Formats: sequence, C-alpha cells, structure tokens
Amino acid sequence: MDTASLLQYLVSGLTVGSTYGLTALGFTIIFNTTGIINFAQGEFVMLGGMLAVILGQALGLPLVPAVLGAVALTTLAGGLVERLAIRPARGASPIQLVIVTIGVSILIRGLVMLLWGKDTFALPHFSGMRPILFAGAAMLPQSLWVLAVTLTLLAALRAFFTATIHGKAMLACSHDPGAAALVGVNVRRMVLASFMLSALVGAVGGVILAPLTMTAYDVGILLGLKGFAACILGGLGNPFGAAAGGLILGVLEAFGAGLVSSAYKDAITFIILLALLFARPTGLFGARSADRV
Amino acid sequence: MLTLRNIDIHHGRIHAVKRASLHVRPGEIVALIGGNGAGKTSTLTTISGLHRPSGGEILLDGRDITRAAPDAIVRLGLSHVPEGRKVFKPMRVEDNLNLGAYHRWRRRERARIAEDLDAVYAMFPVLLSRRAQAAGTLSGGEQQMLAIGRALMARPRMLLLDEPSMGLAPQVSREIFRHVRELRERFGLTVLVVEQNARLALRAADRGYVLETGRIILQGPSEELLENRDVQRAYLGRDLDAG
Repeated sequence: MDTASLLQYLVSGLTVGSTYGLTALGFTIIFNTTGIINFAQGEFVMLGGMLAVILGQALGLPLVPAVLGAVALTTLAGGLVERLAIRPARGASPIQLVIVTIGVSILIRGLVMLLWGKDTFALPHFSGMRPILFAGAAMLPQSLWVLAVTLTLLAALRAFFTATIHGKAMLACSHDPGAAALVGVNVRRMVLASFMLSALVGAVGGVILAPLTMTAYDVGILLGLKGFAACILGGLGNPFGAAAGGLILGVLEAFGAGLVSSAYKDAITFIILLALLFARPTGLFGARSADRV
Repeated sequence: MLTLRNIDIHHGRIHAVKRASLHVRPGEIVALIGGNGAGKTSTLTTISGLHRPSGGEILLDGRDITRAAPDAIVRLGLSHVPEGRKVFKPMRVEDNLNLGAYHRWRRRERARIAEDLDAVYAMFPVLLSRRAQAAGTLSGGEQQMLAIGRALMARPRMLLLDEPSMGLAPQVSREIFRHVRELRERFGLTVLVVEQNARLALRAADRGYVLETGRIILQGPSEELLENRDVQRAYLGRDLDAG
C-alpha cells in the first residue's frame, strides 16, 4: 500500500466526515437545548442538497443564490418543524418527541419524493472539477470547500456558544429550562432558534457535499444515522466531540472501504459504534459530570 | 407590592393550594412557612409564571401578572431563586451570573451590568474567587449564594426565595439568612421567602404566613408567630408539655 493511496483515503474520509460532523452538530444543538434527538436531522441535510439542485434547475438560479436560498429555505423548514410538530406536543416527554421527529422525517422525505420524484440529482461543483494533485493524491476543489466551510462553521458556532450571551442562554436551556426561564430567557423562542440553527448547519452540510456524492430524496436516512453515530462516538451533547466524531468516522470508513472492501463501508460505521458503546458508553469525548458529590 | 388574591393551584387532580391570599408591602421581608407538601413551592412557581393558577389573581404593583410568562415577570422586576438553587452546573460561575442579566443584555447596559457584577462579588466574595469554576463544583452554600447572585443580576425590586436553607449545615443556613436581611439593606429589595426551617425564616422576616395542606391558616408579625403555641408545636419543634 503506497502513501499516495493512503493520503487519498484520508482526504476523502475527511471530506465525507465533515458532513457527518455537521449532521452530528445539528443533533447536538437540538439535544443540548431540548433533550430531544431529532431524527429529522438527516432530512435537513437532504433538503439542503435537494433544494439547491431544484432552485438551480427548475428556477434557473445561478449556483450561489441557489445554494444560499437552499440553506435559507431549510432553516425556515427547521423553524416550521418546531412550530408545527414539536410545539403543539408541549408537555410530551423527550421520548415521545423523538417519535414525533421520526414522523416528521418520513413526512419530509415523502413530500420531496412526491414533488420531485425518486431521481438522483447532481449539484455543480462550486469551483470546477479539475483535481488538485499533491504527493500523488488527487483532491477535488470541492473537498477543499467542504473542509473550509466545515471549519468556518465550527469556529462560528464555538464563538456563538462560548462568547455570546444568546449562545450561553441556549446552553442554559439545556441545563435547566426552568431556571433559564427564571432569568428571563424565553425558552420557547430558544427551542425554535435551536431547530432553525441545526437545520441551517445540516443544510450547509448537505449543500457542500451534494456535488461530490449526488443527492436524492432518501439520502437523509443514511446521513442521519451516520451523523447520529458520530454524535454518540464523540459523546452526546459535546459539539466538538460531535464534529470530531464525524471526522473520525469518515476517515475510518474511507480506510475501511479502501483497504477492506467498499461493500462493508456502512457496516464499518455501525460496528465501530457498537464496539464503542460497549467499551465506553459516554463516547470518546463524553462530558464528565460537573456535579459535586 | 405583591398581592395574591384567592389563588387556587392544581397539579393534575391534586389541589395543591386552596384560595390563598397574601400580600407583601414594599421593603418587607415576608416568610411563608409550612411543612413538606404544604404548597409553598407551588405558590412561588405560580407567582413567577412557571405554573398557571387555576383561579384567583396575582398583582405586582397593581398590575395583573396572573397569566404572564416567566421572562415577562423577570422584566417587571420580580426575580425567583428556585428550590434546589438550579444553577447552570456545567457553566462557569461568572457565566451563571451574567445570564442573570440576560433580559437587559444590551450594549448601553454593559457598564451597569459590570457594576452589578461587582456588587454581587462584594456581597459574596467567595464567588469572585471561584468565578472561573464550573458552578456544579461549588458547595451547597456557595451554590445558594450563586443562585441569589444570579437573581440579583436581573436588577429586581422583589425577590422570591425558595428554601434557601435546604440541605445546608445549620451555620451555613444562618449565614444565608444573614444575607437575606442584607439584600434589603444593600439593594433595597422586598423579599418573600419560603422555608421549612420556620424559626430561621421568621427571625429574618417582618411578617409571616403559615401554609398547611394548601391553606393559609395563620398570619401575623414574625414575633407573634414565633410565640404562637400552634406554630411552636407544629413548626418550631417545641414540646408543648415542656412549654
């Protein structure tokens, strides 16, 4: 095995892993604010890619407005999910709400299928398809886009949650919604904001990956599961664990596909997840409890 | 300042508080005492908007807040230090305090918020020395101080305190109650405090109400309640025969 192919696996692993990481981040944002695992997160990723394709093809929009429009529309869809499905079920337990999100994901997938069919679509690459060669490995410019956008988004979210009062208030809702309300946080508005923010993060992930992997109405299922696995791998509730979990998962998957067989690509993800859950149920970077005992 | 008229509170089918009326005048410290499950905490969570009463009305400065949302009530100047402190445990002490000022977090308020932070640190110096620690690593007494400090950061005119002595050693409880008097002196606050430790609460308060299975059965100046034989028997742990 030469270093060039190993490098190649690493690059493609990091690229796909970025999307897993962004999906995982979406799970984390909603989980941290509400305690809900939003199983419609994969659909946000799908919507990002699909809406960009549709805005580009059906409406003839140039790439940039199509991409931005898709992210904006998905963010809006995230808000609608909260307003129409989560908020009316107020008082339901997190488990019941998780079931609601599964229903929502089936609904979104079904709507997209009815409207635009079961075809697979491709989004144009953002800056051409001429590979960048280095050390014998080839890298598509889109991979650079994926990595750069992911890192930028991560840095922005980190700044939001650690340096702004609204980010801290969002975290406060996760630690104790009652106490957050008592310091004057409008908890309902925060929940809405968390759905919109994680839809945005998911859509960005979907839109940057779509040129590389193609997109269809049902890509959200597997992306959602992989993102969830990344989340658990990194330690549920830890945003940076989630992103790291995504990258690790992507890289392992790429090496597995390259060195073993691409037929086992998806199996590898879930074998790793199972093994980790047996060995370390809190995940690699699972939050240690800050409680005094 | 605060008036409750004929408040009924239900938790599902349980009638937790029955037609309770009480009032707190500006600058007063009022204690609401009673045993476990008497409805004390329900009364406070209903005042602060976390729970809706099934009947009656609540007035703050003559304004009806019966159905107002918790964040709106905070903005009107009423802050609630909840039972069990409810600090944001994984977050730093200073972040907890700053979140207390969430409702008035605007650029032109920055200087005043910084002043208030200094005032809280002046009152509770231990919080200053632990400002960068996770709130969950504080002791129970320190967490209680943090919860009070967080409520002060909202610049309230009135404070609701729920069981500030819960789970604390006797001398720590006494310290917390010294701070309750200090809240009025330093910040000019009006206080409604709910306590199981009736003696401690009544010694700090001007007046008191006794809540028993959801009904207010007695009220009066603190000294009178401390002398009252029924109160002594039920809440002060004094043996009547010996008295």
